[in-house]
Amino acid sequence: MTEMTASVTAARPPSDITKRSLPASLVIHALLIAASLLMVYPLLWMVSASVRPETEIFSSTSLIPSSIDFSSYARGWVGLDVSFGRFFWNSLVISVLVVTGNVIACSLTAFAFARLRFAGRNFWFAIMLGTLMIPYHVTLIPQYVLFLNLGWVNTILPLVVPKFLASDAFFIFLMVQFFRGIPRELDEAAMMDGCSAWRIYWKIMLPLSLPVLATAAIFSFIWTWDDFFGPLIYLNDMNTYTIQLGLRTFVDSTSASDWGGLFAMSTLTLVPVFFFFLFFQRLLIEGIATTGMKR
Amino acid sequence: MSNAMRTPAGAINVERYQGAVAEGRFRRVWNANAPGYLFLLPWLIGFFGLTLGPALISLYLSFTDFDMLQSPRWVGMANYVRIATADPKFSAAMHVTLTYVVFSVPFKLTFALLVAMALNRGLRGLTFYRAIFYLPSLLGGSVAIAVLWRQLFASDGLVNAALSQFGIEGPSWISHPNYSIYTLVALSVWQFGSPMIIFLAGLRQIPQDMYEAASLDGASKFRQFYKITLPLLTPVIFFNAVVQTIDAFKAFTPAFIISGGTGGPINSTLFYTLYLYQEAFGNFRMGYASALAWILVLIIAVFTAFSFLTSRYWVHYDD
Repeated sequence: MTEMTASVTAARPPSDITKRSLPASLVIHALLIAASLLMVYPLLWMVSASVRPETEIFSSTSLIPSSIDFSSYARGWVGLDVSFGRFFWNSLVISVLVVTGNVIACSLTAFAFARLRFAGRNFWFAIMLGTLMIPYHVTLIPQYVLFLNLGWVNTILPLVVPKFLASDAFFIFLMVQFFRGIPRELDEAAMMDGCSAWRIYWKIMLPLSLPVLATAAIFSFIWTWDDFFGPLIYLNDMNTYTIQLGLRTFVDSTSASDWGGLFAMSTLTLVPVFFFFLFFQRLLIEGIATTGMKR
Repeated sequence: MSNAMRTPAGAINVERYQGAVAEGRFRRVWNANAPGYLFLLPWLIGFFGLTLGPALISLYLSFTDFDMLQSPRWVGMANYVRIATADPKFSAAMHVTLTYVVFSVPFKLTFALLVAMALNRGLRGLTFYRAIFYLPSLLGGSVAIAVLWRQLFASDGLVNAALSQFGIEGPSWISHPNYSIYTLVALSVWQFGSPMIIFLAGLRQIPQDMYEAASLDGASKFRQFYKITLPLLTPVIFFNAVVQTIDAFKAFTPAFIISGGTGGPINSTLFYTLYLYQEAFGNFRMGYASALAWILVLIIAVFTAFSFLTSRYWVHYDD
């Protein structure tokens, strides 16, 4: 049996078996291209609606506007009492601070779990994994009461401070996995030479972990940028609104009167995420493939 | 050190000696553990202050009446009893959420697997296709996409415009209580990109020579899929199903934007988390909302335990 298989495989090159005939692969390509178009069509339509003359938005399913008109952007930008510039700035500040907090706090925690020996390490690691499972709704109300009593509502603090306390267990897990892949000989040698744990973390682990730090940073940024629930609960004053809250207010206030402005602002809010998609796609896709992130 | 332990007369001072041993042990324990705990400190503060503490408090609050103005009033099981027996909105929210889970997860995973298999044939342009299919997953969580969806399925929206070209007059999907939930299911299925990437990674792990051997033995493509691909992929299918289901239970933003925060029409998009939000931050029934949160935890825990218990009958593990 084995002999026969071997002889037959030898008789024809293995690529014959995996390679499909030309018509078959043409059909697959056609199907995939059709599916791709269907997937991105709504997005392209929105972008094109944002540069269309207002009267044309609903009369046309085509993607190519009869003329390009950026007035929707100018109108949408100042469509609310507070300009979208303010919302963008608020979102940017929060996102950058969250990225900073996540990268620092989660890498410190992950380093302890992956490299340091201390009593109770496995216990705490199991607890940390357990927190991954807990839906945030369980802690939501007491946290809200806490932050309200601290006078933090209507500030960015409830959205930012928890990240400096490594509240995103997911990134800890991601970093632990990566740190464990770094050869132990490196830090053992450093430890022999009397290097402190802090120097090993700072001088050896972090420089070797740039890919995972970048992955965590990019996902933190995108998730924070897109976050709607947190800002909805903690930010009530329009001057403190993030871009997502601003957009939602715009939907409510216009209710179908200025669709052009709405699509223009919607498109703008997607630009930063799209930028990361264009330039860091490989990191994002590897991050998902290796850890099974949901988005 | 040893000098300090001796009295001037040269005899060992027992008390001081024991003290020094204890101090030495303390120092040893300290040196062995302090760096670890120092690195862990931010997380420990966060765990006790923002996770464990609040979770326990919310468990307590779930047995109280609490409107944030007066201190919580103990009501025993009253919140849970009302949820179980006398809350039509809870039943509506459960119904909506389960409908969403039951329709969105299987469709999403089926699409993800089909596309992943189509892409796993060493096609040209793999990275291009993969990127295009992944894009909706990445953008999908934002308000902008929910806004777009609201327009797509409006009575004068893009979907109906497309249907009218075939002479079909579509309903107003968003504002029709029978259809509104399915627009949200469609939004979820549209974001099949990330499970697809995980499937692709799983498919790559299956040794190619298995297929070669099977096709030499005359096994059809369908049989190969059924006997090789599917069993070897069950761990990945299991993982994706659990993650996507838990995620579907927690869905919030699209329903909030599409229904304007109401969960309407007639509670047809009243997702569980949306109802919880309304009770907590609309009606300030914090005790009741805490009970709702713990019910959600219970549902997710039971589901997860059930999946893991049944997994041994259908998930194939190598060793």
